[in-house]
Amino acid sequence: MTSKKLTNIISTAVPLPAENIDTDQIIPARFLKATHREGFGNHLFYDWRYNNKGALNPDCILNQPAWSGRILIAGKNFGCGSSREHAAWAIKDYGFDVIICSFFADIFRNNALNNFLLPLQVSEEVVQQLLQTVTAYPSLILEIDMAQTLLSVRELNLHLPFPMNSYKKSCFLNGHDDLAYLLSIKEEIKNFERNRPVYK
Amino acid sequence: MSGKLNLMGKTLFDKIWECHIVKEIEEGPSVLYIDRHYIHEVTSPQAFRSLEEKNIPVFRPHQVWATADHNIPTQDQHLPIKDTLSAQQVQLLTENCRKHNIKLMGIGHPFNGIVHVIGPELGITQPGMTIVCGDSHTSTHGAFGCLAFGIGTSEVEMVLATQCLLQHRPKIMRIQIDGQLQPGVLSKDIILYLIARLSTNGATGYFIEFAGDTIRNLSMEARMTICNMSIEMGARGGLIAPDETTFTYLRNREFLSDEEWEKQLPIWKTLYSDPAASFDKEIRINAADISPMITYGTNPGMGVGIGDKIPLLKDVEASAQKDYRHALAYMGLNEGQAMNGLHIDYVFIGSCTNARIEDLRIVADFIKGKKKSEHVTAWIVPGSKQVAEQAEQEGIGTILRDAGFQLRQPGCSACLAMNEDKIPEGKYCVSTSNRNFEGRQGINARTILASPLTAAAAAITGHICDARMLL
Ligand code: SF4
Repeated sequence: MTSKKLTNIISTAVPLPAENIDTDQIIPARFLKATHREGFGNHLFYDWRYNNKGALNPDCILNQPAWSGRILIAGKNFGCGSSREHAAWAIKDYGFDVIICSFFADIFRNNALNNFLLPLQVSEEVVQQLLQTVTAYPSLILEIDMAQTLLSVRELNLHLPFPMNSYKKSCFLNGHDDLAYLLSIKEEIKNFERNRPVYK
Repeated sequence: MSGKLNLMGKTLFDKIWECHIVKEIEEGPSVLYIDRHYIHEVTSPQAFRSLEEKNIPVFRPHQVWATADHNIPTQDQHLPIKDTLSAQQVQLLTENCRKHNIKLMGIGHPFNGIVHVIGPELGITQPGMTIVCGDSHTSTHGAFGCLAFGIGTSEVEMVLATQCLLQHRPKIMRIQIDGQLQPGVLSKDIILYLIARLSTNGATGYFIEFAGDTIRNLSMEARMTICNMSIEMGARGGLIAPDETTFTYLRNREFLSDEEWEKQLPIWKTLYSDPAASFDKEIRINAADISPMITYGTNPGMGVGIGDKIPLLKDVEASAQKDYRHALAYMGLNEGQAMNGLHIDYVFIGSCTNARIEDLRIVADFIKGKKKSEHVTAWIVPGSKQVAEQAEQEGIGTILRDAGFQLRQPGCSACLAMNEDKIPEGKYCVSTSNRNFEGRQGINARTILASPLTAAAAAITGHICDARMLL
């Protein structure tokens, strides 16, 4: 994966109010047979976007031209279930850079971060407010300032800091990933192996 | 985030965690050293490809163990895999393991099987270790007193390259279960009960230690079932302090020599939460309150006791009502309906949750001399080659076949339906696996999670029933 830094995002958003969206919905297992990371966007939410004859399902919000953008707003416990990173790849490949949710499943959050897909956590109240507003006004612009870790929506007079530790923030701003960091401390890792501590 | 200052005692989690910290990043995660890394064909190819592109070698190949399990067929395994994409993934795994000198227990290998079944069975999983795998049910290995958890493919790549991961210390929850289980209640029922009580995100951000005399009295197989599904509550993993049951289980395992066992034993015996250790959250459960469980919805938390009715819509939290209605519509069920008596089409006994030898024994004991209902298709897919062999030796294979069950070859099979073992549209399948998500077992398939005993009973009567009436 080429690391892609993410600084400021100004975009409309797509509302997906369902809760507990699991990775089997995000990308069904039958699409996991590829051995590359690219191209999974075609299969994102496949069983929602297409009916079982392979035709577009007009009821699915992702098929409605009114809503588009780089930001997905979702109901709580997004990304639960299987650890498949294909879920994060599919979302990123489809064109999203940010998911706003009140509660992310653990492994999914890590997978998202490792792919420079921002899991932006705000309170459930704010999520509900955003879902309602974006559903009613699809052209609403959301702004995310990575350096300040700030989410703003001018129409709602919303300026909200979101949690992100400074290590990850600098990864996003500079396009560095965890692997690069771990490789840089390899001597320390070897040293640790030579002097393994015992349980106390 | 570092462990909180605790002068009173340490939790089992912290004892293991602290011994694996290479360093801590200021205002960031910790660098956690990984002892064992299991890989399989579906979540590893992109990791190897990426390492090759960057020309990074595998750092500690002897700490990596590979198996093919997720997409392989469960019939005619001696023949080439028909599905070209699956064949490609398995082929790529074989090549990657050869190139990087990683031990592979691939298709046809006498030790082949589902990753979370073979790790413990071969003695690769041992108390006090940190264990990861690109599969969320890696939590299974926690039954041996390990920090074991699932990771994504980028993390698979990190572990291959450096044997380390960046991790934040989770919060620790202790679930203490005491008392005698009712007859016919299995460890699968315990965990389904807990998920129904805590919900599918009730333990997000936590690692769970399971304790109490009910847990102590369980076999290793039964403990694995509980740790396996601990993540369905959102937990990062689950663990159980090792004890005599654990140590006995680990005797005479393929990749754990007697000398090593003896050398490690005194260390393993230090692995428990100190009596005064404090937890971020504690829950107590009375084992007698648990009855055989069955799910009615599309996540593992939507479960009830076998004799209970599906909850009424008005009793569901307002914000969850829409999803609730959707789930019941998907399942073709109604609020207030009894699960008991529901006509079913398939029974799947398999997966890393319930396909160990003990599970097969429970099923065989129960169905001995009985016949499966005519309209039911019943698949039993052993968790590993060794389980399959032992089942034949013990005569379990014959009992199952006589009862009309299809005994397949090992693999993940209908747990995630990546191979051809799929449940047809609209059909009901009572499954001993771990997830009843929409489409998990096939497009529009309807999954009902249960214990091996409840699944076996459904296979015999052709509908959901309380196995205890047939005992
Ligand atoms: S049996 Fe199911 S849950 Fe277990 S490793 Fe295989 S796919 Fe994952």
